[in-house]
Amino acid sequence: MRKALAVARKEFWQIVRDRRTLMILLFVPAFFLMLYGYALNFDIRHVRLAVMDREHNTDSRELLASFVNSTYFDIVATPTSMSEIERMMNAGEIRAALVIPEGMSRDLRSGRVAAVQVLINGDNANTATTVFGYTLAIVRGVSARLQLQLAGGRGAAPPIAVEPRIWYNPELQSTLFLVPGLIGFIVMISCVVSTSLSIVREKERGTWEQVRMAPIGTVSYVVGKTIPYFFVGLISAFMIIVAAMVLFNLPVRGSWPLLLFAVSLFIVGALGTGLLVSTLVDSQALAFLVGLLVSLLPTVILSGFIFPIASMPVPIRAISYVVPARYFLVALRGIVLKGIGFAMLADQFLALGVYAVVVLGLASVRLAKERG
Amino acid sequence: MRRLLFLVRKEFQELRRNPRMFPVIFVAPVIQLAILGYAATTDVKNVPLVVVDADRSPVSRELIGAFEGSPYFNVVHVTSNDGDVQRDIESRRAWMALEIPPAYGDAITNGRPVTVQVVADGSDSNSAGVGLGYATSLIAEKAAGIAMARRPAGAPAIGSLDVRIRVWFNPQLLSQHFMVPGVLALLLMVITAVLGSMSIVREKELGTLEQLNVTPLKRWELTVGKLLPFGVIGVIDVLLVVAVAVLWFQIPFRGSFPLLFGLSLIYLLCTLGLGLFVSTVSQSQQQAMMTAVFFFMLPMIYLSGFIFPIENMPAVIQPITYLIPLRYYLVIVRGIFLKGVGLESFWKDALLMLAWGLTVLALATMRSKKTLT
Repeated sequence: MRKALAVARKEFWQIVRDRRTLMILLFVPAFFLMLYGYALNFDIRHVRLAVMDREHNTDSRELLASFVNSTYFDIVATPTSMSEIERMMNAGEIRAALVIPEGMSRDLRSGRVAAVQVLINGDNANTATTVFGYTLAIVRGVSARLQLQLAGGRGAAPPIAVEPRIWYNPELQSTLFLVPGLIGFIVMISCVVSTSLSIVREKERGTWEQVRMAPIGTVSYVVGKTIPYFFVGLISAFMIIVAAMVLFNLPVRGSWPLLLFAVSLFIVGALGTGLLVSTLVDSQALAFLVGLLVSLLPTVILSGFIFPIASMPVPIRAISYVVPARYFLVALRGIVLKGIGFAMLADQFLALGVYAVVVLGLASVRLAKERG
Repeated sequence: MRRLLFLVRKEFQELRRNPRMFPVIFVAPVIQLAILGYAATTDVKNVPLVVVDADRSPVSRELIGAFEGSPYFNVVHVTSNDGDVQRDIESRRAWMALEIPPAYGDAITNGRPVTVQVVADGSDSNSAGVGLGYATSLIAEKAAGIAMARRPAGAPAIGSLDVRIRVWFNPQLLSQHFMVPGVLALLLMVITAVLGSMSIVREKELGTLEQLNVTPLKRWELTVGKLLPFGVIGVIDVLLVVAVAVLWFQIPFRGSFPLLFGLSLIYLLCTLGLGLFVSTVSQSQQQAMMTAVFFFMLPMIYLSGFIFPIENMPAVIQPITYLIPLRYYLVIVRGIFLKGVGLESFWKDALLMLAWGLTVLALATMRSKKTLT
């Protein structure tokens, strides 16, 4: 233990001496949360919609009203020909167009299928996918309402009514969804970045022989290397959380000790990842590449930070189980947004714990081998 | 020129001496493409749904069947205990819940209106919004079906509305088409800017930069010689990524390849210039890596339009995005790949990108003169 502390002290002074690295690790994350928290949102509201209504009756007006009332669409133009729609779409004036054909009501009333046409600009596939989903839901809803009116007369009560309730984030602000993800992402990156060079640097600079000969156990060495970065990571993580509370009204509905526990567990796993990378490679440049490959992309793409895991193909979903951020985000969102306790998150904590033990264990084994 | 070639050869030898480097440089892009190509979709499908069926009648099972048959939902759990909803949603086993009240079947059979509840976990705002829309319209369809079935035999037939959705520029709405060309941009940035800067700083760290300085090499030869190998690797990566994108992901390549290639060289000018600049402001490889990751890579991922559309950003943030060369390159790459457009539609982006590259190169050269004399 004393030896571990000695390594920690040496590592700590090395961090402090490199002012820029320390400043970057401590303050830049909170600054970035501010920048990205404002910049990023998924709120697909007010999609610019052009409408060409060739029917002009109560049914078509009902359809239009449903598009507008959804708040997802703003009607910005009423073109009169397809070529005009095409021009507006190419020029980027509109992102979607709705064409209501003549005879829609007649078809509806004579047992036929009346096809409404919707055009969506697909140059951003992610936005287009969401607009696609909204469109489908709106038109189906209107179709059912019109059928109901025809079957039971205007004003008839539907046989089944829906009472939707949204928990935890009733206004569906995407900031509340994205900010916990950003916290996880920033913590992961700064931890991996700060440790992935630590051991390979000694090798590259030729100080590795000294480490090898030093009378210190491998475990003490790993613990000593990790401790200073653990505290730097913890301080930086809590600065981000406080910044998120102040700037974005992120509620912390659960308990702070539990939050501290979750963040600590995640940081240990992230630091272990960095250390493991550092023991596997023999140059700092390679450590950087591998570090990015195992931390940056999986944390952005496979963690549920931005993209829903349930929609991914099965093999990719299987890969996501080894991404620690996946568990951390469930725990973090659970604690800050849902205010839930330890029992509900036991699975996530267990997974995070197993991950941390495995990567630190592997890193120690690798190190022990390298030291001979 | 001969001296320059010697230096380039030295760099390649150093890369070769590091045998693990090559596979990573060329395998990493493919892994990134695969992950981004398959996983990065905001599509909402298979939403895990918990159903509280307090009725347990054939009628309620029919409603549950409608959800089971829908590609948008995945019924994970049917229960009669409404406490399970809280538990499943809190622990994220389910993202949504459908609650069917006890008298549901009775009400439907006897023609009385009845209300079902749909709960969505708002902590995932995007999936919750889209999922609620699907659930509501699914139930509305069911309701309309019931109302129509109740009418006496011989009443006039009622049709339905259908929507034909056409997506322009990306008819199958594959997110690969959007994400994969973006990978090209990100990758070139990582390989050239970061590795280039680390390679220069490494010489500083090991003290060998001094030795190179006292050789008869001219300053520009030293710079070009250090960066050229990474430029070459970058060019190979361009070819590799385009090949994988077209052959494996079957992403349409509608524009001109020579144009893409030429503009990629300009983009490489930006990233190499950036690498040089980072190397002049860093004393150790760790600093170079931190500076590159936090000040260049992260803004590029989030503010360039790579994932999040720039037009969704607040007006204060939008001007910042003009400082990011990736922004221009993304417009160009996506334009050439997906829309098949040429210089006539993005000449402004190309010019701004060129200006950006020249500026950063000038800045880097000025700084490196100062630090080395």
